[in-house]
Order: sequence, then structure tokens, then C-alpha cells
Amino acid sequence: MLEVSGLHKKYGDLVAVHEVSFRAEAGETVGLLGPNGAGKTTTVAMIAGLLPPDRGEVRIEGRAVRGDTDPLKRKLGLVPQDLALHPELSALANLALFGALYGMAGASLKREMGAALELVGLADRAKDRVGTFSGGMMRRLNLASALMHDPQILLLDEPTVGVDPQSRNAIFTNLEELKRRGKTLVYTTHYMEEAERLCDRIIIIDHGKVIANDRLEGVRRLVPGVNLIEIEIENPGANGWYDGLREVAGIETVEMEGPKLRVGMSDLNRTAPEVLDWIRAHGYRYTHLATQRADLETVFLTLTGRSVRNA
Amino acid sequence: MSMTAYQALVRRDLQLFFRDRRAVLMCFAAPILIGSFFGYLFGGSGVTDTAKIPVAVIDEDGSAISRRLAKGMAEDKTLELRTVTAAEARTQIQSGKLTVAAIIPKGFGDLSGKALFRGSDKPQILFLYDPSHSAELAMVRGMFTQHVMESVTAEAFGNNSTVLDDSLRDATQAKGMNPDDQKSLVGMLTSLQQWSGRAKASGGLGSAGLTMPYSVKEEAVTGKKGGQYNAYGHSFAGMGVQFILMMGMEAGLVLLLQRQGGIWRRMRAAPLSRATIVAARVSSATIDAVVILLVIFGFAWLVFGVKVEGSMPGFLLIAISIGLMTGAFGLLVCALGKTVEATRGLAILATLMMVMLGGAWVPAFLFPQWLQKVTFIVPTRWAIEGLDAMTWRGLGFDAAIGPIAALCGFAVLFTAIAMWRFRWDG
Repeated sequence: MLEVSGLHKKYGDLVAVHEVSFRAEAGETVGLLGPNGAGKTTTVAMIAGLLPPDRGEVRIEGRAVRGDTDPLKRKLGLVPQDLALHPELSALANLALFGALYGMAGASLKREMGAALELVGLADRAKDRVGTFSGGMMRRLNLASALMHDPQILLLDEPTVGVDPQSRNAIFTNLEELKRRGKTLVYTTHYMEEAERLCDRIIIIDHGKVIANDRLEGVRRLVPGVNLIEIEIENPGANGWYDGLREVAGIETVEMEGPKLRVGMSDLNRTAPEVLDWIRAHGYRYTHLATQRADLETVFLTLTGRSVRNA
Repeated sequence: MSMTAYQALVRRDLQLFFRDRRAVLMCFAAPILIGSFFGYLFGGSGVTDTAKIPVAVIDEDGSAISRRLAKGMAEDKTLELRTVTAAEARTQIQSGKLTVAAIIPKGFGDLSGKALFRGSDKPQILFLYDPSHSAELAMVRGMFTQHVMESVTAEAFGNNSTVLDDSLRDATQAKGMNPDDQKSLVGMLTSLQQWSGRAKASGGLGSAGLTMPYSVKEEAVTGKKGGQYNAYGHSFAGMGVQFILMMGMEAGLVLLLQRQGGIWRRMRAAPLSRATIVAARVSSATIDAVVILLVIFGFAWLVFGVKVEGSMPGFLLIAISIGLMTGAFGLLVCALGKTVEATRGLAILATLMMVMLGGAWVPAFLFPQWLQKVTFIVPTRWAIEGLDAMTWRGLGFDAAIGPIAALCGFAVLFTAIAMWRFRWDG
């Protein structure tokens, strides 16, 4: 369905996107995962035809997209990171405009407007001015606007930024429904839990380069056997107080986040007691313990040495 | 070009423009208010009184001539004569309350009559004036000269006047004068004395003295024969063009803002040509401009009687050309600007320069000659002169062709530069 080959983009000396390649099939959701500035939005912009790549190409159904008016662009729908709506106009007027950009008019436009509003649960607010909507409702309308021309491929650039949990869930439900209808979704995010919930395939991008591209299980296997213990420390020391833990055999990662110490290891049975012993032996006390399996956050941490949120 | 998308984009721009109360206020109410004000200042519609020049005549002589002179000045409809002392006149001129004061010195009546024929011992009239009103000084001096000549000659040839007798005696007794000149002067004065005597006896012309050797009929040459100049016509054209240009600048800034946001990305993701996007933007600005001009000239017609005395098709085509130029100007602002904040200041400066040099504030014919020639490179000059030509000047369609061609030329130039410099990547 969508084939991205060797996309490359440079701004002066800065390489924003370096040889990014991936495929997305019908009914598949591909997550582009990475911290802010990793090159996700630039990649999406090149796929959508907003930016010409320095090298590489984008193919849809086997054909390369050529020029501004290539009819192949009708196969794509873009949900930009910024809200792409006119707050002064009603929801219907916004949808009518974005439908008309694809040549839609008359009965088909009306039908698609109704369907799009129905899908995102805003049919009862169709005639209201968008400026009166909540942030979550605007995000849902932002999604609906990209669906007007019934695109086969949907490019979603961080579509849940700044959205409350309830609206985020509503958007996820919408996206799952679109996936069920056989749409191809390309979803950029830096929220690991979103990618884990929605995506069939995960592409981790850092500094413009693809550092992992596999199905979710495959990506998890990149850090085999990793388990995490999350230890809440009552009396943490000065910066770097836990550095000595890295010398303990079997420990793979150590990271402090607030009062929580996150320690990654392969063998939970052998290494976990040694970690707790080290903490006690150095005069620190723990108040809570939790364990978890490797998640995308851990994968990113393992692959790049940094947390995705701090990258 | 996708007509559906083009129409939708134009409709969108118009909806956004007409829903923006600030834009509506700026583009409709503001030019009407300011145009009305300037029109009133520059003479209104010809039925209201124009401002009189405040002047003072300080009569230190008190003679019949000086009294007659002051009376003549007081009766002039363009002057507002004030009674003040010389010291008060200086104070009032310094504070800008008085424009010109003429001080008639003691002995003026006696000396001026004699100086009429002798050319020596002329009395001196002192003019005090506000240096910021030198044009008014020249005007008042001219009027004063007329009244002095009438007053002095009337007195000289009037009943019981001794001026002619004294002048004849002086001419007869003059020493060192060329005998031929003396003979001619004595002959002329003798003839004048005889003519004056006969006129006194019959109550004829002599009592009026010398008068202006012509009468004046004034006709304002405007579109309609016998019609009066309507200053609102020019001021509404000027203010209309100014606020339309500001609307164009704002439209450019909005486009710049959109380009930095998601709407631009969504437009560019659609299979739309650049020509469609540009044409829609220029078209909507053109429609806005034509509507604004029609509304404000409609107001000027209803309230101040400003009419399209010339060619109506010419007026409409000039309005459309102004719209095209404005739309292209907006594109140029967007193409050359990087951020809204950085561009706004420069765009406002450029707009104000264009409207000022275009003659929107004061008519271009008041500019120095060199500036009048230079400002033909400013599109607003063509816009305002074109509107003037079609409204109060009442010229035909052929007078509209130049402004239409110039404005369309500027529109093409601005669009070409905008397309060249525009950063389409977003």
C-alpha cells in the first residue's frame, strides 16, 4: 500500500531524516516512535508531499507520487500535529472546505460530512462554531477533516497532543474502527503506551535514523529477557548516588526518575536480591517495589541509552 | 485548476473576513469616518462654509482711507477680521490663533494719497504673520493691495479731497525734475482734476476712485457642468484605498500565519496546484476590495452626494484592479515575511508610505513637482487618481484605461515576485 524508500532530508548541516525506509500494508498501523525532534514530522511531511526529499521516494500502490496535483495524493489523508481548523467556522463549514479541497461537492460531500462527524461523535455539534469546542473535540474534528475524501492511508502526526484521557480513548476507538475498515495508519508519537496499544509495527527513530523496525513483539525482543524493578526510595542521596549499582553483576540499566529507581536486568531471581542488598548496605531505604516486563520505553532506553521523554 | 477547491477557498476567505468584526470595522467604518472628516476639512461638498482666515487690521492712523480699508477687509468673505492691538496681534500669532495682522501706521491716509502720484515718501504697512501659513500671507497681501488701491483712489478723487490739488501744486513747484516729465505730469494731474470736478458735480465715477478693471466669474470645472467640487469624493477614494491596502496586508499576514500551522499543511497535502491557492487568495481579496469600495462610496453618495460623474464601467474596473493589486500585495507580504511579528511592522510602514505617496491623505497635486513625477511608481497614486477621475472629475472611460493598466501591471509584478520568493514547503 505505502512504501517509503530511503527518504533523506538535510537542513544545512543538520540531517533531519536519514535514509528512512518502511512499508505499511492495508489494515496495518505503523507507529513512528521517537522523541521530539527525532525526524518523525519531517518524515510524515515528505510522505504527504509537503516537503521534497533530498533523496528517496514515496510509493502508493506501487506508484511514485509526482507533483502537487498528482491524483495519488487523494489516497492520503493528513492529520497534522497542529489543529488544522478554522475556529470561526462551524464544524460543518470546516468539513465542507476540506472536502472541497479534494473536489467533493453536493450529495457526496454531505454524506461524507455526516459519516465523518458520526464516526468521531460530533454529529450533534455539527452546526456549532469550532471555537466553542473543547480541546478533545477539536482533536476529533481534526481527525474527521482528514477522512472527508475517504483516504486509504491516514497519516497521523501526534494526533493526541494535549488531549484529556477521555478524548484520547475516543480517538483510539476511532482509529481502531478505521483499522478494522482496512485503512492504513501511519501514527507518529512519543507516547510509548499509545504505540503499544495501537500499532502493529513499530519504527523507532532517533536523530533522523531508524534504529528499530519490527512488529511489537520483535522490537521487544531487541532487549531479550529484560525485566525491570521499580524501587521507590525513601531517602535518595545526591546526584549519582546509585552509580555503584552498575557494578553489580547482571544489572543492565539503571535510571532514576523522581523518587523511583528503575533497574533493568536479565535474571530477576539472581540479580533482584543483590540490588536490594546493595541499597540497604549503602544506608538507603525503600518503601515500595514493583516489577514490569520490557516496554517500548525500556527498548528505547536500551537502544539509545536515554529515556524517550528526556531525549 | 480545481474549480471546486478554488470556490471553496474563496468562500472560506470571505466567510472569515466578514465574520471578523475588527476587519469589518477597520475596512468599512474607519474609512467612512476618516473620509468624512477629511472631506469636511478639505471643503466638504461645496454647500458648507469653508474656514475663514483669521486676520487683524490694526488702524493706528484713523484716517478716512484707513477706515475704508479696514471696512473693505472686513467685508471680504474669506477673511475673519479681528479687532486687536498690535501687542495682542503678536501674542495671538505666536500662539497660532491669528494668521496675519496688518498694522496701518499713523499718517498713512495722508502719505498714501500723495505717494500715489509722486512715488516717494511711501508709508510702510507692517505685516505680522505665522510662518507656518506663508501661503495665507501671500493671499492676504494680495487682497490688501486691492483694498488699498480702491480706498486711496476713492479718497483721492472723492468729495473735498485735497490730494489732487496738493499733488498738482507739488508737481508745478518741483525742482530738478526733467522739464518734459514735469510738463506731462502737470498736464495729467490737471486733466484728472478737471475730470474729478465734473464727476463730483454729476455724482459719477469719481467718487468710487479706481476699481478693478475686470469682473470675475468663477466656475469649478468638475464632471458636471456647473457642478461643485465635492471634497468627499477625493477623501473617500483616499481612505478607501488606504484601508483596502491594510486589508490586503492583513490577509497576507493571515496567510503567513496559516502557512506556519496545520491548515496550510492540509491544503498542501491535497492535490491542489499552487495556481489554485494563489488565485483563490487574490480573488477573495479582490471581492473584499470591491465590496468595501462600493459600500463606502455608497455611503458617500447617500450622505454627501458623491457621485460617479464619469464612467461607471471605468469606476468598477478600477475598483477590480485595486482589488487585484491589493490581493497581490498581500501575497507579497506573505512571501517576503518570515514571521507574523517581524513582518507586521514592515508591512504597516510600507502601507503607510504607499498611501501617503499615493495622495490618500493630501491630494498629489499639492506635492512638489519632482515628487509628483516619482510617485507614479506607487500603485496607490494610480488607484486614487483613477477613482478621482471617475467620480468628481467626471472623466470618461478612456481616462480609466491608464490606471487600470498600471494597477494590473503592479498586480502581475507583485504576484510574480511573490511566486518567486514564496516558501511553499511547510
